Amino acid sequence: MKQTISILVENQAGVLNRITSLFSRRAFNIDSLAVGVTDDPTLSRITIIVDNGNSVVEQVEKQLNKLVEVIKVRTLDQSALTGRELMLIKVSANKTNREHIMTICNICGAKVADISPTSMTMEISDTPDRVRTFEDMMRPFNILEVARTGVIALQTGGGKI
Amino acid sequence: MKIRATAAIMECLLEQEVDTIFGYPGGTILNLYDELYRYRDRFRHILTAHEQGASHAADGYARATGKVGVCFATSGPGATNLTTGIATAYLDSSPVVFITCNVGESFLGKDAFQEVDITGIAMPITKATFLVRDPQAIPDVMRQAFAVAATGRPGPVLIDILKNVTAADQMVDYEFVPWTENRGCGSIRALSSDRLKKPEPDHQDVDTLLEMIAAAERPFLLCGGGVVRGRAHREFREFAEKMDAPVAITVMGGGGFPGSHPLTTGMIGMHGSEASNVACDECDLLIAVGCRFSDRVALNPASFASRAKVVQIDVDRAEIDKNVLTDHHIIGSARRVLQMINEKLPQYSHGDWKNYILPKRAPSVAPESPYLTPQQILETVRLQMPKDAVVSTDVGQHQMWAIKYLHFDYPGQLLTSGGFGTMGFGLGAAIGAQAAFPDKRVLHITGDGCFRMNCHELCTVEHYRLPIITVVFNNGTLGMVRQWQNLIYGQRYSETTLDRGPDFVKLAEAYGLRGYRVTTRQEMEEAFAQALASDSSAVLDCKLNIDEMVRPMVAAGSPITDFLLSEGGAT
Repeated sequence: MKQTISILVENQAGVLNRITSLFSRRAFNIDSLAVGVTDDPTLSRITIIVDNGNSVVEQVEKQLNKLVEVIKVRTLDQSALTGRELMLIKVSANKTNREHIMTICNICGAKVADISPTSMTMEISDTPDRVRTFEDMMRPFNILEVARTGVIALQTGGGKI
Repeated sequence: MKIRATAAIMECLLEQEVDTIFGYPGGTILNLYDELYRYRDRFRHILTAHEQGASHAADGYARATGKVGVCFATSGPGATNLTTGIATAYLDSSPVVFITCNVGESFLGKDAFQEVDITGIAMPITKATFLVRDPQAIPDVMRQAFAVAATGRPGPVLIDILKNVTAADQMVDYEFVPWTENRGCGSIRALSSDRLKKPEPDHQDVDTLLEMIAAAERPFLLCGGGVVRGRAHREFREFAEKMDAPVAITVMGGGGFPGSHPLTTGMIGMHGSEASNVACDECDLLIAVGCRFSDRVALNPASFASRAKVVQIDVDRAEIDKNVLTDHHIIGSARRVLQMINEKLPQYSHGDWKNYILPKRAPSVAPESPYLTPQQILETVRLQMPKDAVVSTDVGQHQMWAIKYLHFDYPGQLLTSGGFGTMGFGLGAAIGAQAAFPDKRVLHITGDGCFRMNCHELCTVEHYRLPIITVVFNNGTLGMVRQWQNLIYGQRYSETTLDRGPDFVKLAEAYGLRGYRVTTRQEMEEAFAQALASDSSAVLDCKLNIDEMVRPMVAAGSPITDFLLSEGGAT
């Protein structure tokens, strides 16, 4: 089962290393990881998605809590989080199919980020499921390259971790 | 007040009431040692033969005193030589601040001479690491390091300071802050957070435990390292006596509960006594205090205490349900939790249960034998040694025998590498303990394999006139490994026979110490009495049979009462 862990840490060199090493030490694979500074420049938020059992995630959460650089850790409830991922996707495109691609972009809410006589690059920011749907829709057009940021997430409502 | 950066480091150590430093100088740490020269009347620096010895000595000092140990080393090989000592301290939750210096900022990351990323290397074996690139950060980092090392579940911390930060022209703002205040210093974010404060145990959790105790008919207590580190021995004893229940110790719990107490069943686990292991299997309530149920205790987690409700009391939330799933837990320091329990705990009486378990204890008198036995050696030690003598051990058969046959009555009396199992730990730890307590006798119990690993520290023992008595259990083999080869590997003794020098008596003499050869019980009694009467250091080379085994024994991963070797002679 996929779980989303949100971690507030001190914005310092080596902190990310310490956190990821906790996962690697117990041979947990990280599905996705995103890091960025928060509104407070001394703090960063790390969003990690793992595909492991509950007891495993609970252990990691406790271990994370012991790190001096970690301010807060929360495993977000899957039904009460707003998660988004940004994907850039480049496909082969020419005058015969550009129109067709644009239609799909409009339906999925993707934007064109770059265009050339033989290619188009789209950007989409949405839930992981919808990003995947868009990727599937692009597949018939010969995908040239994909880059995704990993999911970032906040819990829904006014609460904060 | 502006002072030199290196002076700020010294002042911060004084703030923490540090008076003893173990270490070894080198190129990048020259500036710090130059400052130490100015402070030489305020610190006692013990120069060891090897950085590993210094790391174990600082660890031994911390374990013996309950204070934070301090160890210096230079960059590169000096720093990496500390790593075994750091890991040893980490696994056994011993508070030590390691200070290394690294190459200057302009050389960092360029593979300069004696450069190594020691903060990276030490990351998984420390509570925290700090790389100091700015002299102004020194006071905060020093205070935070000591606070992290000493607070909550203790452990080692590493501070790596760049050489340019320690240059003579680097000036730092410094004001004295007593350590009692700076453990809660608001200027450091991590210190003001909850995690560094001892969590106050939950009253409801305590009440739930009291109900479980009231319902129990066959309660059994486990005294772990948390009782020793938390200096909760008085509270634990009161708890055990009110519970009127058998008490087993783990290796790290030695000294947490008096070794001669009528309720004790001795060690539990792989080499646990029959009384301890049967009690664990048949009890209906197991209360473990400061114990993480390691694989040497809960050999087979699924069947461990399977008839009991398991309760875990620990300061570290991450230990709960890590190895053994518990029915109830209380988070808090052993001392505080036990105080809260004792306040409300009535006096119980479990006569039938005690009468069933306690007679299973083996008699503690060493039988006569045509040749010298480990039990005879340790009985001599136990009968002759001062009651408050500190005992350090290395790792293996002699360690298990020492914990089995000696009695430890207070925290810090037994110094042993339980978690990491570091051969060579004992002599370093003994040096640390003797430096801390010049008036106590310190005994170093070791094997021939372990002793060889760090015996060069005898020069430190001699130089500082430390009256440590080393008792070598010399069976000419890596005894514990041989025991496994004997029982599990079809007696294929692959590379465990140590049929080689040196002659430990001559070795002791080469270092300027007294050496004794011991081959009989009588020689042991005489040699040990002479060594005790003298106030200088001695090495006793005790010759043992190569096939001596630690009894009883349960194989790794087996249910705790499946004895591979029984307590008595026959398997």
